[in-house]
Amino acid sequence: MSATVAATAATAPATAARGSLLRGVLATWRGRTAGAVLLVVVLACLVGAFVTPYDPLAQDLAAARQTPSGAHWLGTDLLGRDVLSRLLQGGASSLVAVLVAVLVRTVVALPLGLAAGHLGGRVDQVITRVVDLVMAVPTIVILLSVLTLFGNDLLIGMAVFGLLGSAGLVRIVRGAALAASQELHVTAGRLMGLSRRQVAVRHVLSRVRGVVIVQTTLFATIALGVQTGLSFLGLGAPPPEPTWGGMVGEAASVVQSYPWLMVPTGGVIAITVLALGVLGDVVRDTTADRSSASGGRSVRRRGRVPAADPGDPDVLLAVRGLEVAFATAAGEVTVVRDVDLDVRAGETVGLVGESGSGKSVVAKAVLGLLPRNGAVVAGSAWWRGTDLTGLRGRGWRGVRGSQIALVAQDPLRALDPTSRIGAQLGELVRVHDRVGRRAARVRVVELLEQVQVIDPAEVARRYPHEISGGMAQRVAIAMALAGRPRLLVADEPTTALDVTVQAEVLDLLRALQAETGMAILLVTHDWGVVADACERVVVLYAGEVVERADAADVFAGPGHPYTRALLDCSPDQPAPDGTLRTVPGTVPPPDAWPTGCHFAARCPRAQDDCTQEGIPMVELAGSRVARCIHPLVPAGQPVGLTLERSR
Amino acid sequence: MLRIVLRRLLWAVPLVLGVSLVVFLLASLVPGDPARTILGESATPDAVAALRTELGLDRPWYEQYLSWLGGLAHGDLGTSVFTGEPVTTALNSRLAVTLALVLTTVVVCSVVGVAVGVVGALRGGITARVLDVVSLAGIALPSFWVALVLVSVFAVKLRWFPATGYVSPDQSLGGWASSLVLPVVSLGLLGVAVIAKQTRDAALTVLESDHVAVLRANGLPETRLVLGHVLRNASIPVVSAIGVVFVGSLDATVFVENVFVLPGLGSRATQATVDHDVSVILGIGVYFTLVVVLVNLLVDVAYGLLDPKVRTA
Repeated sequence: MSATVAATAATAPATAARGSLLRGVLATWRGRTAGAVLLVVVLACLVGAFVTPYDPLAQDLAAARQTPSGAHWLGTDLLGRDVLSRLLQGGASSLVAVLVAVLVRTVVALPLGLAAGHLGGRVDQVITRVVDLVMAVPTIVILLSVLTLFGNDLLIGMAVFGLLGSAGLVRIVRGAALAASQELHVTAGRLMGLSRRQVAVRHVLSRVRGVVIVQTTLFATIALGVQTGLSFLGLGAPPPEPTWGGMVGEAASVVQSYPWLMVPTGGVIAITVLALGVLGDVVRDTTADRSSASGGRSVRRRGRVPAADPGDPDVLLAVRGLEVAFATAAGEVTVVRDVDLDVRAGETVGLVGESGSGKSVVAKAVLGLLPRNGAVVAGSAWWRGTDLTGLRGRGWRGVRGSQIALVAQDPLRALDPTSRIGAQLGELVRVHDRVGRRAARVRVVELLEQVQVIDPAEVARRYPHEISGGMAQRVAIAMALAGRPRLLVADEPTTALDVTVQAEVLDLLRALQAETGMAILLVTHDWGVVADACERVVVLYAGEVVERADAADVFAGPGHPYTRALLDCSPDQPAPDGTLRTVPGTVPPPDAWPTGCHFAARCPRAQDDCTQEGIPMVELAGSRVARCIHPLVPAGQPVGLTLERSR
Repeated sequence: MLRIVLRRLLWAVPLVLGVSLVVFLLASLVPGDPARTILGESATPDAVAALRTELGLDRPWYEQYLSWLGGLAHGDLGTSVFTGEPVTTALNSRLAVTLALVLTTVVVCSVVGVAVGVVGALRGGITARVLDVVSLAGIALPSFWVALVLVSVFAVKLRWFPATGYVSPDQSLGGWASSLVLPVVSLGLLGVAVIAKQTRDAALTVLESDHVAVLRANGLPETRLVLGHVLRNASIPVVSAIGVVFVGSLDATVFVENVFVLPGLGSRATQATVDHDVSVILGIGVYFTLVVVLVNLLVDVAYGLLDPKVRTA
């Protein structure tokens, strides 16, 4: 959950940059360099072509094959012509040709793509068909035949190249228009009285701008390659006229006797295409959400010191002082901190909290499954003498699956869609039991029977998309059971399921626990699930544990005002008028945690001292331990006295 | 599955019709007379008229087109007005050279590109940065330019490989391989970059997916996870990238075959362009179109094999 929060925090700057793409691009040194190089090349060619130091065609055989000098900055060619003057003039024709290709492509593709994506129906069908057809056309052959027929006019050739290249862009714009027209804000725009077309053009254009620019820079590099390539082959302007490709060809013919000529002629092409390429890359980085979310950033543990192992033989998993941080564009963001929790053999512990509380992050951290940009930066998770937070790669062998196993939230996404159920289950069995395929097949059927699948042999032959959600969750549980784990981490195992199926899956988990004696760490936001299944409860709020207690004590009367508020919000605790309660206010995001109590701003009992300094965990009556200095339950008093709810 | 194959094969018909129709239309719209070009400026009008009749150029373009289509139905693509050779004869021997070049390129690109992409996805950090720079160069630099640089370094300076020419595998297998090295590298730089990038993106997406997390959490060792599940799931977009690379390499043979003087379709296409030899251009158009259709067909079949949802749909 907190991963999402961290990702959202990270994308905020990217979204802001989209408003001013140019500023975003120029903010990076790569963007500035590429932009400057392109500007120099373009200006030099377009302006410089008219003020060339020498006539590009003027021969001076006495001055042939000169290396750079004050008179000829880039030397002279085989006929003594000034290379710089020829490059500038040749560049002008190359750049104009590329511009023509890019313009034709954009002018053709934008309206067609918008029409296909937005109007849909027959229009979309026809355009899509034509695009498919054009994309399968061998571009170069058409280009060559156009050149054959139009007497090697590269401008016409590049216009045709742009036309053929528009098919790819139509596809992209269509996709974006389709997505955008289904979005809410378009509907909202319609309601506000903007015409359909205005809405489409406005929203879709702002949406596809990034990808269109990236695609266009890529296309421009290809167009420049084709333009110079064709003139290299002699299919462009005929000889004395300077062209970049033609000059490279000339240089190539004398590369042994006069290698210098290759440097400026080949170099200018390389520099121009690389600058275009880098620019496209930077635009993509600026506009893409995903790459900027992590962007190769990572966080490291602060110091190597693990938290002390409590060493209690009854406790399977002892999490102590756990702190997890994510690297984002805005810097390192801590999403959970100072988390302590124990899971004893055979018991079920509920890890409870709202979205964004950090409960899934804790579960993932225990199994070493944090995303690439996240890491445990402090604390430990002790598993019978081993600190799980220190395990890497092969270190997890003998722990994952055989000691601790996982059941994920969305069963349909938890199974590999390309692999048969029997195959993925069998693979795990073969790893854990070290048996052959045949023995594994027998065990697969056993496992499926254990999770009460009706026709195990038949289900094993199916692919994940061929079974229902409830069935998929049974299969996912079977996969977790394959290694006979002592602790099952179940991350919202019922949330994605229908209500009737939810109860079945919970019953199944309870039955399996009775049968195998395994412990369960149940991550959930649903008090009904806690009441049904858990012996003990750990409540998380904004990255911190706010309360730990036996389930019975929590339901009898929690110590922390947040736990109280969360309990009151559960659907089986409606307000007197029958409406569903909500906790007023919102959970503070990880980068905006307040000093002191994280819940203070929403807490009815908050006082001045709540926001002065960090709040410690306080032992309260019964089994309760809460991070609260004004708890609902007094410290150390018998449970009986606090049964009455304090509102 | 069979339906997908049949549909793709039927695609060949409108494609060949479309490509050839465009070329014919252009030819009829543009002033100029192949008969005059062949005979030269000094030929008498009578001689030109006689040649026009002989070549069928005095008939309206649609008649010429229909008779060309009639020939196509029998596998006859006409005759080159310049060499007098039947187009199919002229092109068949060259097809082998181009296919050898393109197929080798695609195989090399796929192996290298997928390996580099997977390593990039698993490693991240510096490896990914280096990969980005190499991909950028591969995508940006024109293949003819790369070819020229390779020739001047590895053929002219170091003399490791021949600068130009093609050796048939019947003559010498080693010579054949050696004559293909530099052309394959120049053609393949782009392909490696495209495939590596696609592989890395796809593999990263799969690595972040729930089913990989679940298999990992439940004890599947990393090597099996990557080889059996990540690669398999990532392969679907990668296959389509390989198809794109195939078609792109086919187009780029026009440049690369000229630099290395390989007797393939690409260099013949350039010659035909210089000669304004329409029937040869048309013939190459048909060959290229059929190869592209075949490649798209193979990509679709691969989709079916890799994605059970496509297969059972």
